[in-house]
Amino acid sequence: MRGKDAHSARTAWLVVAGLVAFMLILAGCGGSDDDGGDGGEELQKIGKGEGQVDLISWAGYVEPEWAKPFEQKTGCTVNNKVAGTSDEMVQLMRTGEYDGVSASGNASARLVDGGDVAPVNVDLVPNYETVFDDLKDQPYNTFDGVHYGIPHGRGANLLMWNSDSVEPAPDSWDVMLDPKVASKYKGKISAYDDPIYIADAAVYLMTHQPDLGIENPYELNQEQFDAAVQLLEEQQPNVGEYWSEAAKQISAFANGDSEVGTTWQYQYFALQEEGEPVAASPASQGFLPKEGATGWSDTWMLSNVAKHPNCMYEWMDWIVSPKVNAEVAEFFGEAPAQSLSCDETADKNFCAKYHADNPAFWKRVYYWQTPLADCGNGEEDCKDYNDWVRAWTTIKG
Amino acid sequence: MGRRLAGFLHGRPRLQVGSLLAGPAAWLVVGYLGSLAVLLVSAFWTVDPLSGEVVKGFSLENFESLINEPVYRTIIGRTVLIAAAVTVTDALIALPIAFYMAKVASRRGKALLVVGVLLPLWSSYLVKVLSWRTMLSEDGVINWALNPFGLEGPGYGITAVWLVASYLWLPYMILPIYAGLERIPNSLISASEDLGAKPLTTFRRVILPLVFPAVVAGSIFTFSLTLGDYIAPRLVSNSQFIGTAIFANITNDLPFAAALALVPIVVMIAYLAVARKLGAFEHI
Repeated sequence: MRGKDAHSARTAWLVVAGLVAFMLILAGCGGSDDDGGDGGEELQKIGKGEGQVDLISWAGYVEPEWAKPFEQKTGCTVNNKVAGTSDEMVQLMRTGEYDGVSASGNASARLVDGGDVAPVNVDLVPNYETVFDDLKDQPYNTFDGVHYGIPHGRGANLLMWNSDSVEPAPDSWDVMLDPKVASKYKGKISAYDDPIYIADAAVYLMTHQPDLGIENPYELNQEQFDAAVQLLEEQQPNVGEYWSEAAKQISAFANGDSEVGTTWQYQYFALQEEGEPVAASPASQGFLPKEGATGWSDTWMLSNVAKHPNCMYEWMDWIVSPKVNAEVAEFFGEAPAQSLSCDETADKNFCAKYHADNPAFWKRVYYWQTPLADCGNGEEDCKDYNDWVRAWTTIKG
Repeated sequence: MGRRLAGFLHGRPRLQVGSLLAGPAAWLVVGYLGSLAVLLVSAFWTVDPLSGEVVKGFSLENFESLINEPVYRTIIGRTVLIAAAVTVTDALIALPIAFYMAKVASRRGKALLVVGVLLPLWSSYLVKVLSWRTMLSEDGVINWALNPFGLEGPGYGITAVWLVASYLWLPYMILPIYAGLERIPNSLISASEDLGAKPLTTFRRVILPLVFPAVVAGSIFTFSLTLGDYIAPRLVSNSQFIGTAIFANITNDLPFAAALALVPIVVMIAYLAVARKLGAFEHI
């Protein structure tokens, strides 16, 4: 028996070794498969729709209320995939299976740099003309003077709390980030599970430790970065849950497992609709937490390998058309990108509440962007996104 | 055509068997071993820090950070401990249940118990984990039941992962042990009694050695399933496990995720080697 055993074991090893060698050769040969990279040709004319469009979006961006009329008008069936984080969006776009994505600033630079998205000919998107000026030609949607997408809308990340148990209503991120205050809610704090959350700590430090000299929460040198990471490491024992799916956070607040947290309008509205006792610091009440907040300004981008580019162009024009952009903005609870939308909202005060046309307000909202080593001081000494990702794993422990 | 093929194959048994097995074997080699090999290879790749694109080359960077960064040692240690705890828990629960099923229960009772053990496997994994998430929540049924006694449920955390994983994988422990016990002739137990052994001695000296390979077989399931799970830990805890760490890296750094994914494989190989040393495979 032993002899036979040894023999078959040797055969098995030979098979495995052969396979490994085969795969190594395969991997070596498949070395250079990145075509594109510097963007293809812009589309010059919108042709006939291809019958469908495959989208990646944030929860609440593609809903039947405005997707169905789009399908009827253009004949393009909408297939939507909801993503929970920017990393997920980048990953999904890299599969090449999707035509477009509602990318936040912490995904857009990576997508452009990786050659995953194509320049967008804004002349083919008539509604682009009347988009708010302070959303055009921004570092997260225009690269070297080339447009890479159509602005969708913007908002700030919210501080949300259970109004039954958190008193008085907080006006500062202290409740989450100051260890002394936050320990009152030990195990009930809900934080966003994404490396970009380090920027929330940096925004907090801009007010509370001004001598660190943080000017942009996404451009942190070693000392500033260490301070932000340390703050989050101190927060970690108090955190009840890190969330990355909106539904997970909604259930945690509804069941009383979380009492204070950082959130999006989407979850806030969903919880209110369920009749849960939640309050938040929405822009609609005219205040952010006193430190300001991180936020997002999203852009519909077109895949470099889109199978349905015509439908995608139709979609980009549709989503920033005055009526639809107003619907999306009200549904999600964000400031519309389309200036004409302000006349179309059901709540006539909506744009004023959400500061859609108030550039001064947005100065204190720090839109997500991709952290890069080169942060404009010529020293290349900022922490890049890889460092952020590593630090995030360490913070969670 | 068919006749000619049949004629050709006649008297060539090796070719017959070979062509029969070619499909499944190709599936095994390409689908299973092939994907493992790709995983192994991609663990040596790196990611371009700026664009986040995979750079195909050879580098030990991923393994270095796996070894040098204390957080990954913590994560690996935590996962292995939980997997071991789940395995021990399941073995302790499964042994009496399986023994009752195999040796004590009537025919009818046996059938009922087998169905009872199998029943949870019919419902979706996700439904079971989400039910546990609801039960363990602050307003959940566990707290509701315990609060009158002044007690509190474990809430979300490592204890919750241990509970949920022990629940999820229990059938995979019961069934092999049950099958193992079924194969032990009752006469051996009677003989042990006739020779004056107390029930505990019979269990320790007769039953346990015979059923041990089955326990190891079950433990391979419970151990490896816990080792690789990432959904349950994400839904009922905040702690990072190997699975959740792989998931967190899959979007940014696929090669590093691949390197991490090799850890459970290495752990399992070590586990199987120990099981072999203990003689678990001698009667298979």
